[in-house]
Amino acid sequence: MATAVKPRIKLDRKEARKGDIVEVKALVAHVMETGQRKDAQGNTIPRKILKKFACTVAGKQVFAADFEPAVSANPYIQFKFRAAESGKVVLTWTDDDGSTIVGEETITVT
Amino acid sequence: MSGINRRQIIAGAAGALAAAGLSLAPAQAANNAQELIKTFTGGKPVTEGKVKLDLPEIAENGNTVPMTVMVESPMTEASHVTDVLVLADGNPNAGVATFHFSPASGVAEANTRIRLATTQNIIAVAKMNDGSFVTTSKQVKVTIGGCGG
Repeated sequence: MATAVKPRIKLDRKEARKGDIVEVKALVAHVMETGQRKDAQGNTIPRKILKKFACTVAGKQVFAADFEPAVSANPYIQFKFRAAESGKVVLTWTDDDGSTIVGEETITVT
Repeated sequence: MSGINRRQIIAGAAGALAAAGLSLAPAQAANNAQELIKTFTGGKPVTEGKVKLDLPEIAENGNTVPMTVMVESPMTEASHVTDVLVLADGNPNAGVATFHFSPASGVAEANTRIRLATTQNIIAVAKMNDGSFVTTSKQVKVTIGGCGG
């Protein structure tokens, strides 16, 4: 299940000066089933997507997104944040079924 | 000669696609794009500009179309972008994604990959912290639709 998924996260730098803009790229394996498709028997395949994404740095939210079924399978997300303090960069994806996929990186701000 | 033929075929195909896109457009206006914009803005006026959508003009595969949305803003406590709504007016459901920014974001920019069912317009509406709204839209021609019809 979702717990087995390990997102791939990349920060464009691990160390930044205060005020620097840090770019985050993340990719997570997920079917992002739209709920529009039908299987061979004509039954609708139930929707299953990651509907929420959030990124916190040192406990403070810097970016979040709500996804709709129009986001591609294996969703890729790229965004930036302003380095303010050292700490963990935590990325959380929330599934339709309530399960979460969590990935972590560390940033050092000087 | 074969080169000319090929070009003619490609031009013809592109024309057919464009025509299909145009003829489908009114029918697809029935998707919920306008309602979603209304819900998002609360009926407030929306002005063009400040938002930039970076999308390919022609997407060969509608299953995964790279999309970047940027909003010009200093991203300070006094003036920043709070939310950006991205819509596709030709998909079965107009909603694509909503991005939430804060001054801690530093830059109001996000990139993801989206599914497009057919040739259509992508619309981005950004909400500023002062309650104003700015928008932009861009047409993407899609060769193969991404909703697995």
